[in-house]
Amino acid sequence: MAIWVDKKTKVVVQGLTGKEGQFHAAKCREYGTKIVGGVTPGKGGTAVDGVPVFNTVAEARTATGCNASLIFVPPLLAADAVLEAADAGIELIVCITEGIPARDEVLVRERMASTGARLIGPNCPGIISPGKAKLGIMPAHIHTPGTIGVVSRSGTLTYEAVDQLTKLGFGQSTCIGIGGDPVPGTNFVDVLQAFSKDRTTEGVVMIGEIGGTAEEDAAAWVKAHMKKPVVAFIAGQTAPPGRRMGHAGAIISGGKGTAREKMEALVAAGIHVAVSPADIGITMARALGRA
Amino acid sequence: MKVHEYQAKQILARYGVAIPRGRVITSPADADAVAREFGGRAVVKAQVHAGGRGKAGGVKLAKSPEEAVQAASQILGMTLISKQTGPEGKIVNKVLVEEALDIARELYLGVVLDRAAGLPVMMASKFGGMEIEEVAAEHPEAILKEHFDPVSGMQAFQARKLGFALDLHGATLKKFLGFVTALARAYNETDASLAEINPLLITGQGDVLALDAKMNFDDNALSRHPEIAEMRDLEEEDPFEVEASKFDLNYIKLDGSIGCMVNGAGLAMATMDIIKHHGGAPANFLDVGGGASQERVEQAFRILLSDPAVKAVLINIFGGIVRCDMLAAGVVAAAKNLNVAVPIVVRLEGTNVEEGRRILAESGLRLQPAATMAEAAAKVVAAVR
Repeated sequence: MAIWVDKKTKVVVQGLTGKEGQFHAAKCREYGTKIVGGVTPGKGGTAVDGVPVFNTVAEARTATGCNASLIFVPPLLAADAVLEAADAGIELIVCITEGIPARDEVLVRERMASTGARLIGPNCPGIISPGKAKLGIMPAHIHTPGTIGVVSRSGTLTYEAVDQLTKLGFGQSTCIGIGGDPVPGTNFVDVLQAFSKDRTTEGVVMIGEIGGTAEEDAAAWVKAHMKKPVVAFIAGQTAPPGRRMGHAGAIISGGKGTAREKMEALVAAGIHVAVSPADIGITMARALGRA
Repeated sequence: MKVHEYQAKQILARYGVAIPRGRVITSPADADAVAREFGGRAVVKAQVHAGGRGKAGGVKLAKSPEEAVQAASQILGMTLISKQTGPEGKIVNKVLVEEALDIARELYLGVVLDRAAGLPVMMASKFGGMEIEEVAAEHPEAILKEHFDPVSGMQAFQARKLGFALDLHGATLKKFLGFVTALARAYNETDASLAEINPLLITGQGDVLALDAKMNFDDNALSRHPEIAEMRDLEEEDPFEVEASKFDLNYIKLDGSIGCMVNGAGLAMATMDIIKHHGGAPANFLDVGGGASQERVEQAFRILLSDPAVKAVLINIFGGIVRCDMLAAGVVAAAKNLNVAVPIVVRLEGTNVEEGRRILAESGLRLQPAATMAEAAAKVVAAVR
């Protein structure tokens, strides 16, 4: 088992005709993901690598029965693309695009609330259930099927954690990048809930970073509900306040959102916190009693 | 992006936010005419991108045009050092000369994005002039909050709730309601990330004005607001950061000695953390990004090495979209052009890693390879000792 994506997931790629969309859709297909269509307004009726392209997501859904969307459109057009997918009844929307204005993200969140669709991202590497399906830009070869769930606000730091797990012999059930923006569609608690219910998942690695209170919220949820071991790392322990560390959401403002506060909250919730990013894998091994 | 107080006030005024009369000058002599225009009395305020100006001597009240000239000549050209400027301070190139108003009350108003709620929030308090963080720590109950919709804006009843809670009445309340609504609209329509009025002034006559104003803007939305993007003042920014921004590199200058080049913001922060964990100090945060080209890697490396504080470099790349071979080629090209004198530790992992390692090994450069983040950090910290 895995969460949210598996061999049955049928994916439409919004922005398939662009350079990024075409490149990554091909990689996802190679991995075995069912890419059933693409959407680019004005290019309906064409095809990319044999995949049919539609003008609208609604058309694509009618023609292919797709239930997930993977979005690679430019930042100022991305909010519209997400809303179009939700309007068409797509259940899972994965938005890779980086650089979307925060105000657009606020609007998306407000308008999606009534649709029941789930948005992962934006500004994220996507989601992979190793051996089953990949909807994203992560390097496939570092993943291996297994029992550890991974959830992260980062991209490459997630790869680092997954690589450590794989090298120590711990495969992954599903790995999800929720993205580094201030208003993500999916938060830690959403993913932790799903991993908690997933029978395959034995333990969860959670990678947070400075800024906001998502990690504190996760800590509170874990303390109250989680029965599986959770390992966490918080990036930005040495970040200066008031500066945006690359990710729009990674900023310590008004003395709040520091790594130290977050690590304290996580430890208090019984979460195994790795202080060094080199120790994420080994901390999980210890938490499972298999070090 | 940050703007100066006078620029924030110009923007706010367009939305109907009441501001004092004022002019920006760069030459002390000009203060004379401006003060006369305002009836002789004026406030002279340093325009730098940092708070704490008053305590640092950057704000002076002048009771006559002569005093205004004197104040302007003291402030213009001074190196203003406050809590927010760092020990090196900031040179003042512009002052804002404003009419001096009589102060009956000083309140606080500020708008930010409340990430937990996913909505902008208007905060108000009676403790004007104090930093909101201090108020939050000492009197958390004194901060009033109203979330509002980014499209429909602040509702009249929400503004009334704030106004009555601040003990405003009659004509002053009415002016306040207009002020709050305009401030919310300015925040929404300019894609601001912060709009703060501290203090919000209530005059003896019951007028409501922005005595100070601070606005920050969402970098991701600046292309929608060319008139605001033009207000960027490069002299207020670190020269290394300005150079990096030309190549779309996320670079932040820090005060350590180990230069870092990493792909991805999270991994870049984690790399800084592991350097510290091993007893070193990072000289910078540098994310070359997910789709870095060879040229960008070269530029990143050049900027990194142009910082004289850098005594050793740690390159940590986890190739996903960025291929290790492409990155290695960029590093080799840059290093050959730059006459690198400092030790360089390289940790490569991920897509096309063997090819990347081969390019580095055959480059003839004296690079120290490392297999893991921990090994890389240990080696680079040893190199600066």
